[in-house]
Parts: sequence; C-alpha cells; structure tokens
Amino acid sequence: MTNLRDIWVYLAASPLLHLTLTLVAYSAGYAIYRKVRFNPLFNPVLIAVAAVVTILLVTGTSYGTYFQGAQFVHFLLGPATVALAVPLYRQIERVRRSGAAIFASILLGTLTAPASAIAMVWLLGGSRDSMVSIAPKSVTAPVAMGIAQELGGLPSLTAALVILTGILGAMLGPPLLNRLGIKDWAARGLAMGVASHGIGTARALQVNEVAGAFAGLAMGLNALATSVLLPALWHLLFAGR
Amino acid sequence: MIEWLAVLAVCQLAGEAAAQAAQLPVPGPVCGMAFLFVGLVLHGRVPEGLGKVADALLLNLSLLFVPAGVGIMLHFKLLAGDWLALSAALIVSTLLTIGVTAAAMAFLSRKTGPAARGQ
Repeated sequence: MTNLRDIWVYLAASPLLHLTLTLVAYSAGYAIYRKVRFNPLFNPVLIAVAAVVTILLVTGTSYGTYFQGAQFVHFLLGPATVALAVPLYRQIERVRRSGAAIFASILLGTLTAPASAIAMVWLLGGSRDSMVSIAPKSVTAPVAMGIAQELGGLPSLTAALVILTGILGAMLGPPLLNRLGIKDWAARGLAMGVASHGIGTARALQVNEVAGAFAGLAMGLNALATSVLLPALWHLLFAGR
Repeated sequence: MIEWLAVLAVCQLAGEAAAQAAQLPVPGPVCGMAFLFVGLVLHGRVPEGLGKVADALLLNLSLLFVPAGVGIMLHFKLLAGDWLALSAALIVSTLLTIGVTAAAMAFLSRKTGPAARGQ
C-alpha cells in the first residue's frame, strides 16, 4: 500500500501524468466525436476539457501542476498556426479570384462580433467589466487579452470567454450554416474563422480542406483588423464615459 | 520530416522577432504564417514533406486547445458574476457573426464571378 502511494506521489509530480491525461481525454473525446459521425455538438475539445477539469477538481490538482505536463501539447499551437499557410497556399487561386469579397466579409464579421456582444451584455444589464472583456471574444486568445487590457477590461475573463466562443462556434456554427443553406466551403470556413478563431478553424479543417484554409485566413485577418479597429472605435464611441 | 518541422520553427521564430521588433498587434505565430505563405508563393508549390507535416499538425489542431481550454477552471468565479448576460451574449453574438460573415461571402462571391461551389 505504501508502495502504491509512493508511486502515485512520484507520478503526480512528473509532467508525464498530465501530458498523458490530456492525450487520453482528447482521444476519448475524439472517439465519441467519431462515433456520432462528427456531429459538431459532440465537440472533442469540449469533451476533453470537461473531463480534465472534472478530474483536476476531484483530485484537488491545481491548474499550474496540470499545465507543467500539458504545456508540451500547448506549445505545438505555435508551429501549427504557422502551418496554416499550407492549406491557404493550396487555395491561392480562389483567394486571388475572390479577394475583395473575402476582405469585405471578414471586415463585416470583425465589426459584428464585438458590436453584438457588447449590445447583448448591455441589454441584459451586465457590468461594464463584462462589456469590455467580452468585446474581443472572437479573436485568438493572446491578441484578445491584449485588447481587453488596452480597453481596461479583465484579460483573464477575456481568455475564458475566448475559449467558450471557440467551442460554441465549433458546435453551433455548422448546424446554423446548414440551416442558412450556405454550401460554399470558402464562405463556411471564413465564418468559422472570424467568429471562433482557432477552435472554429480546427473544426473546419476536420471537415473540409477549403473550409480550413479560409478559416485560418479569416482568423489571422480578424486578429489584425480587430486589434486595429476595436480600440479606435471604442475610444470614439465611449470616450469619457 | 524534421527539416520541415525546423522550417515551421524558423518561420515562427522570425514571426516572433518581427512582431516584437515592429510592435505588431498580431502574435508571432500569425506573422510566421504570413512569412511561410510568402515563402510558398515565392517557391511556387508546397514541398511534399512540408505538406505532410502541416497536415499532420493541422488534423490534430483541436487537441492543442485542450490545455488552454482547461484554464477555464481558473475563471469560474469571474464567469459566474454575470453568467446570464455573458452566456446569452456569447451564443447570440457567435451565431450572428457566423451567419453574417457566411451570408456576406456567399452573396459577394456570387456577385463577383463564378465561384467554386462546395459540393
């Protein structure tokens, strides 16, 4: 018995345990996702996150301890983001042909996301902190946190809202697009990338390479456009309030 | 395979350096994506090995969001403060953004020429 306990203490302190937990939770989430034939409502990120959070809370493990193991997975986000240039390049013909339409649609999405989020929080009587922190929710996390900081919001609340936005978009976006009758993979991908950044892009890539390419493009341009436009518009509209 | 991972790392590193040096509002990896894209345009095609490495990473992109996603456990209290307004705003705004962007792109690309239709 003491032996088992010693082994547990040893393992719990090593990064391997939480690296393994991340991989196993995601594999289980993905197996369920495949079982339901990639129904977006059974998002594998959501399943894995819910499973890991439950296990960490039950075992009283801190996020810091967990992240010591999980950071090896997290680290690959950088190279994977760079790799998005590959599917994008494969669609270069379409990007060239519809350049103006792409930029106009992304810009419209860039403005819709913060305007509708701020308006909804205001209508429902949310606090000013909530209004500011939710504004950049559709932008990839590091940029969104920077914007929230600049506008006087709570960057850590923004980080949580960004993740939730990504998961919600990946779950609810495809059924909405089906209902709207939008079959063009480029349009579907752009929408997923603008509204729900990398998590939406990941879902788009699983379904169709064209959609994935346009989602990656939209994610990058939305980050750029939001970080320029949102602070400028915010100061213009709410200056001195 | 390793040489193409190295290419991705070099692009990311260059992107981080450029973002820092020029105080760009976008993160380093997004700059790195732009650098790799320019490289591919100059090269004129995707090298087979790079294509394989990129596809392998991107097919598993959603796994890479799990560690950051678990970070939400740190913020339950902040979220609970305004949970009704926040969750309604997230759902409505995310759906609206997806609908508006997709409808605009579908409409505009139909207007501006024969677009390749999915399916």
